[in-house]
Amino acid sequence: MAKQHVTATINGEESEFLCETQQTMLDVLRDVVGLTGSKEGCASGDCGACSILVDGTLVCSCLMLGVEAQGKSITTIEGIAQGDHLHPIQQKFLEHAALQCGFCTPGLIVATKALLDENPNPTETEARYWLAGNLCRCTGYDKVIRAVMDAAAVMRGEAA
Amino acid sequence: MNYIDSSLKVVGTRPIRPDGVDKVTGRAVFSADTRASGMLWGKIKRSPHAHARIVSIDTSKAEALPGVRAVLTSKDFPVIASEEAFVGEGPMNFRDLSDNVMARNKVLYEGHALAAVAATSQSIADRALELIEVVYEVLPHVIDVEDAMAENAPVLHADMFTAGVNPKPSKASNIAKVVTFKKGDIDAGFAEAEVIVEGSYTTQPVHQAYIEPHACLATYNPDGQITIHASSQGHFMIRAYTAKLLGIDMANIRVNPAEIGGGFGGKTLIYLEPVAVALSRKAGKSVKMQMTREEVFRGSGPTSGATVTVKLGAKKDGTIVAAQQVLKFQAGAYAGSPIGPGCMCGFAMYDLPNVDVVGYDVVSNRPKVAAYRAPGAPISSFAVECAVDDLAVKLGMDPLTLREKNAAKNGTKTHYGPTHTNIGFEQVLAAVKTHPHWSAPLPAGQGRGLAVGFWFNIGGESSATVHINEDGSVMAATGSPDIGGSRASIGMMVAEVLGVPATRVRTIVADTASIGYTFVTGGSRVTFATGMAATQAAEKVVDELKRRAAQTWDIPVDAVEWKDGMAYPAGSNAGAFEPLDLAALALKQAKTGGPINAEVSVNAQGAGAGFGAHICDVEVDKETGRVEIKRYTAIQDVGKAIHPSYVEGQIQGGAAQGIGWALSEEYIYNAKGLMENPGFLDYRCPVASDVPMIEAVLVEVPNPRHPFGARGVGEVPIVPPMAAISNAIRGAIGLRMPDLPMSPPKVRAAIDAAG
Amino acid sequence: MPKVVLSSGSASNQLTGGVTEFEVEATTFRRLIIELERRFPGLGHQVEESMAIAIDGEIYQDAYSVELRPGSEIVLIPKIGGG
Repeated sequence: MAKQHVTATINGEESEFLCETQQTMLDVLRDVVGLTGSKEGCASGDCGACSILVDGTLVCSCLMLGVEAQGKSITTIEGIAQGDHLHPIQQKFLEHAALQCGFCTPGLIVATKALLDENPNPTETEARYWLAGNLCRCTGYDKVIRAVMDAAAVMRGEAA
Repeated sequence: MNYIDSSLKVVGTRPIRPDGVDKVTGRAVFSADTRASGMLWGKIKRSPHAHARIVSIDTSKAEALPGVRAVLTSKDFPVIASEEAFVGEGPMNFRDLSDNVMARNKVLYEGHALAAVAATSQSIADRALELIEVVYEVLPHVIDVEDAMAENAPVLHADMFTAGVNPKPSKASNIAKVVTFKKGDIDAGFAEAEVIVEGSYTTQPVHQAYIEPHACLATYNPDGQITIHASSQGHFMIRAYTAKLLGIDMANIRVNPAEIGGGFGGKTLIYLEPVAVALSRKAGKSVKMQMTREEVFRGSGPTSGATVTVKLGAKKDGTIVAAQQVLKFQAGAYAGSPIGPGCMCGFAMYDLPNVDVVGYDVVSNRPKVAAYRAPGAPISSFAVECAVDDLAVKLGMDPLTLREKNAAKNGTKTHYGPTHTNIGFEQVLAAVKTHPHWSAPLPAGQGRGLAVGFWFNIGGESSATVHINEDGSVMAATGSPDIGGSRASIGMMVAEVLGVPATRVRTIVADTASIGYTFVTGGSRVTFATGMAATQAAEKVVDELKRRAAQTWDIPVDAVEWKDGMAYPAGSNAGAFEPLDLAALALKQAKTGGPINAEVSVNAQGAGAGFGAHICDVEVDKETGRVEIKRYTAIQDVGKAIHPSYVEGQIQGGAAQGIGWALSEEYIYNAKGLMENPGFLDYRCPVASDVPMIEAVLVEVPNPRHPFGARGVGEVPIVPPMAAISNAIRGAIGLRMPDLPMSPPKVRAAIDAAG
Repeated sequence: MPKVVLSSGSASNQLTGGVTEFEVEATTFRRLIIELERRFPGLGHQVEESMAIAIDGEIYQDAYSVELRPGSEIVLIPKIGGG
């Protein structure tokens, strides 16, 4: 089967790739583009470890086809930090010890970015429901939620 | 040396973990994140039946498919005799492990591996699996533990004769083993009792549900040298098992530990690695394999489901005088459930004169169970802690007071033999009593539950090296995969001994060719045992640094003192020298005797036992039967928290897993013995909106056998939650929920039945 | 002489013919294993390969270096793993 040629902006860079029509965006990112920060935990949209932003919208990349990226702007975990400068969400995850094994962390950070882009001042309950699509088996979510709330405060300019 | 009463500068603080930035930026390399040039994709064909004889496997069509480079079945693996060994996380029979990795004569559960292919793409590999033709003779199956023990049950293994009964049975059965523990005189105990409670409980098998599926990349070179890249709870375990199953020398296998995306016990045995190596050998190329989530559920180990009965007898003043328990554990398709610890842990929290515990290890047509956090203890304790609570109600006694009255103390002889020493259970119970949660008024309609738990913790074999780099910075390496922040805690202990900030020490996990043997990351042993090895290595380095300083100053070595990362002359008699720091000593290392480093291997004994107590408030929606956890507090004796944030994280994570076990997680089998919910949508792990904040309270009763007083912390927190929640539900609606999970349909049905 | 208590959970009482408590003459773990094997063939091997021992309360998964005192209580228990 002929591969499809796709042009997309990935983490701010104009990119092009060839993919099989049935290939998911997650497989394209991991196996074709070489961005392995997005993880496969389930391939059914239930765990959120493959979360990416597509034109700013939070998407499980395992539920999207690679060809659907045509003309879109894609942000993955690799595009969250600005060069050497960690995003406040990343910084707060580190400070709050909001990760143990770290496998779900890329998805959680991308999902948190989508949350705070849309709602800069979420309640704890809003944060918990927004992140309900991101499974974490290590932390019990306590420190994750604390990191998210603290990052939100920093991004609003309210805290150190 | 022992630092328990020293003032500490690094240990007990909360620095950012050394692998943190890699993990928040997506750079960390997990099992499935590597490639090799020209690599193939390996995939496994699995049984669609719960129990069947393999009549024939025809792989010719698959082999003929363009792009397919290798196909294999059990014929490609050496036949291994039945041999028990204790190499991983419990007794392991290598014949069974081999058969579990690639079924030989029968498939014993849906998802059992029976053939594998390697192809140039994943889609070709998938098509090749479909072209493998298997003829099965489907056999009657059995899923549930009581059914499997029945007289007329289909027998999985014709050579399974129950061990532990006298005389040895003449008829094969599904009961692999019976274990009994007795203390005192149980009949006399019950005769003395004034109040008796009894209960029957069931628990479902639950999967460890690490988010990272099993994966590996294997390369077999023509000279027989093998490289494996894989995540696991022990890369030495991968090496040992792969060598054993393929009949290869360990020296020919090098395993590089990938970052591990969760394990919780489930990655203490292997599924893919020997297959990937065998495929690579056949195809002459590197082979990458990764399980789908469905394969993880159908083909890898959960922990046991069980039925448990408990009977307690007490005096009116609350003194428990008799305690009896019968446990029947599902082992999955092969012997080896955690029935031993199950039998030992249930009553370990109490000082009991008369105890009788019987346990059964029972096989059925389910995936072989694997270790899961405090294996066996949560099941056993769920039953015991519900019964203790029922006893409190019957006695009209406060549940904390009842537990205080019967609590194990230093010197308490357990029913399985050993005597508790240096335990902190009384301190944990005292912390419950003074915690604001315990005395907070309970809103109308809510219930509060308390439950306690125990785990032995283990030590064992660990290796660590400490190197002083040429610029005075420090490298620490160990053989323990870092599953939840152990590089941070190991580096902190090394930094403390050397007297430098934690940021000066870079800690890594070394591969099997680069460091001495190290037992798996499990049993809550890494901070204890590997921490002990790393601490001793750092101490040896300090001794060497003092020797180098003495040489530099030309004074006796005992006239040198090491303080805050620098060598000082000890007192004015030693001479007036400017202190030498690590960088100064490293600069001179060639002149003073060469590189400065130390490797220490230990077999650590004396892992201090851990005790915890959880308090939980729930509200029950009587319409839907949904249980909402309103407040949760987990109190635990951790010995000494090296990095308190990651200690709290272990406790919070363990509690959340227990909440899932209690309320939502279960395997659903249909009449054909096939699992109906092999995905995260229907196998319901707790999500962020299912749980509240979990307050972790660290009680620190130092373990005198560890240089800093640490005890293992990872296992205990999964023990109390199920009973704490069941007890809270009882408080809220007046009904005992004895069957897990206490899911909405079950709670609603119980409410309806009670009228 | 140290007293040995066979924790029945070990399923080893088949080897001892049901005897669960006995005294042995041994001052080291090595001697203990040899003595157990001599008295109850198979038991020494089993203890060495697949059991832990508790000596005066403390659990050892491996105990070659431990000294046994007269009157020591030695309990043979199943080896313990973990998750």
